[in-house]
Amino acid sequence: MSLVADVGVTLGGFSEHVALDVGDGEVVAVLGPNGSGKSTLLRALAGLQPLSSGRIVLDGAVLDDPRAGVLVPPERRPCGVVFQDYLLFPHLTAQANVAFGLRSRGATRSDAAHRALAWLERMGVAPQGSMKPARLSGGQAQRVALARALAMDPRLLLLDEPLSALDIGQRGSVRHELRRHLQAFGGSCVLVTHDALDAAAIADRLVIIEGGAVAQAGTFASINARPRTSYVAQLAGLNLLRGTASSSELLLDGGAVLQTASPMAGDVLAVIAPRDIALHLDPPSGSPRNAWPTRVAEVHLLGDRARVLLGAPIVAAAEITTVSLATLGLTEGVPVWASVKATQIDVYPDDGSSGPS
Amino acid sequence: MPARRRRPAVVVVAVATVTVGFLALPLVGLLTKAPWGSLWSDLSSPVATDALRLSLICSLWATGLSLVLGLPLAWVLARVEFPGRNLVRALTILPMVLPPVVGGVALLLAFGRDGFLGRPLFDWFGIQFTFSTAGVVLAETFVAMPFLIITVEAALRSMDGRYEEAASTLGAGRWTVFRRVTLPLISSSLIAGAALTWARALGEFGATITFAGDIQGRTQTLPLAVYLALEGNEPVAVALSLALLAVSVVVLVALRGRWLGAIAP
Repeated sequence: MSLVADVGVTLGGFSEHVALDVGDGEVVAVLGPNGSGKSTLLRALAGLQPLSSGRIVLDGAVLDDPRAGVLVPPERRPCGVVFQDYLLFPHLTAQANVAFGLRSRGATRSDAAHRALAWLERMGVAPQGSMKPARLSGGQAQRVALARALAMDPRLLLLDEPLSALDIGQRGSVRHELRRHLQAFGGSCVLVTHDALDAAAIADRLVIIEGGAVAQAGTFASINARPRTSYVAQLAGLNLLRGTASSSELLLDGGAVLQTASPMAGDVLAVIAPRDIALHLDPPSGSPRNAWPTRVAEVHLLGDRARVLLGAPIVAAAEITTVSLATLGLTEGVPVWASVKATQIDVYPDDGSSGPS
Repeated sequence: MPARRRRPAVVVVAVATVTVGFLALPLVGLLTKAPWGSLWSDLSSPVATDALRLSLICSLWATGLSLVLGLPLAWVLARVEFPGRNLVRALTILPMVLPPVVGGVALLLAFGRDGFLGRPLFDWFGIQFTFSTAGVVLAETFVAMPFLIITVEAALRSMDGRYEEAASTLGAGRWTVFRRVTLPLISSSLIAGAALTWARALGEFGATITFAGDIQGRTQTLPLAVYLALEGNEPVAVALSLALLAVSVVVLVALRGRWLGAIAP
């Protein structure tokens, strides 16, 4: 393990406690809603936010340990940071931006300029080397920012929302390219994002934080299969239900009862994929054992699919084709019957653990 | 289609016109009374050249001192939170609103031969500010420095501090960050503040004459020479006034939009 961090920060009314281990050559994405503490975590790792408690160790060297009175300032940490909006110095050319760090570390002017140009070449933005940041496109600025961070030869690379400043058109190709550069980088990498797609495409492993604590951690597949909070379920596009199981009967927290195919006992979580919820105008007859009357709360169109949010007793989203939507005549407030097969409800114990980090 | 606007009220336009006249006509008077024929000889008289030379030297020294002393204070006011910060800020701005004569009296009581700072300075080091060029520099710095502090502090507060953080993650220590990131980012405000400070120092009259006196070649700066020449040698007074007006116009043109933008809090 290259980065071993136990980050505790108390800032005004907000307190955060997140443990994070990242191996050499590993890319870990920290995912969370706004205000969850993602950026604070990154600032603590970079040395811009001193810890209140805990410890940060990189390659065996202690960078921050309030109990031992150790705090290495940002300029002496082997960390490279790619900031949100990149923060390229507006008064310097792209090449001078990349050379900045090398100059700070004592390289001569010509040596720094030479190495900066080599990095720009590697990132494919050498022709823009003499431009000021204001004239660079979003994608070019992102590459210059990455070159500036990597030119320092860091052991830990920190990226704060590296793709959020880009427009949709550039995003796909830059994401792909970023993944390629991060795979070539031998150190540890922490990527902060609120976009699940970015995280899934770039990172080897995910840590999801909410309210300053780890909500869930693991690979994308494992998190997707068994979400533990409604935020994670939302990222995975699944309905998450909480309740108590006794045998194959599931008593939901809202009071409704569902029949499941896997007998269990105690506090459980259950996920249902929106496409597995069927909608009918009349009480369904036949195979599904779970059917309940409800009302349409909202309708969202997604191409040829429609996402229908259902109200009490079970708040969930159903996904149907736009053809069915038209046939059923569903709009806000319309009464409707929902049904789901017992075999399509995935039930697992709610043991409160967030999985391995 | 051009936007149709309501025409402003006639009264407002009339008052505005009178105001422009009130501000501009005295300058027109200065230009019409100017001794254009003898301008060069008036400006090259010993009194005039002494005053010009002294004014340039003293105002540049005052600007330099304001930069050296004012920049760190502006930084502290903008970036360091400490109890009584607002009080310190008010204190540093006070010379801007204080009548300059009062400033001169205050300086005299502090740095004069009998002042609580002036006496030990003279007794121990033989330094005397009153009736000396150093006194002129002191008076001008006292009156003009707030313009630099207020301009630079506003710039430091409004600049994006994350650039400094980015620089520190790139291995730059505090001094390097300040020199290579902070200063370039506030450079336009710094230049505007220095120009304002210089212009204020150049025009300083009240504090200078009260504190440093009025000795030709030693403490008699341009404004003092203008005031004295008005008593007996009006053409010289007008010629020197024109020189000061020219300087003001140059500063105004050079700063243009930055002027108000930079000193607004």
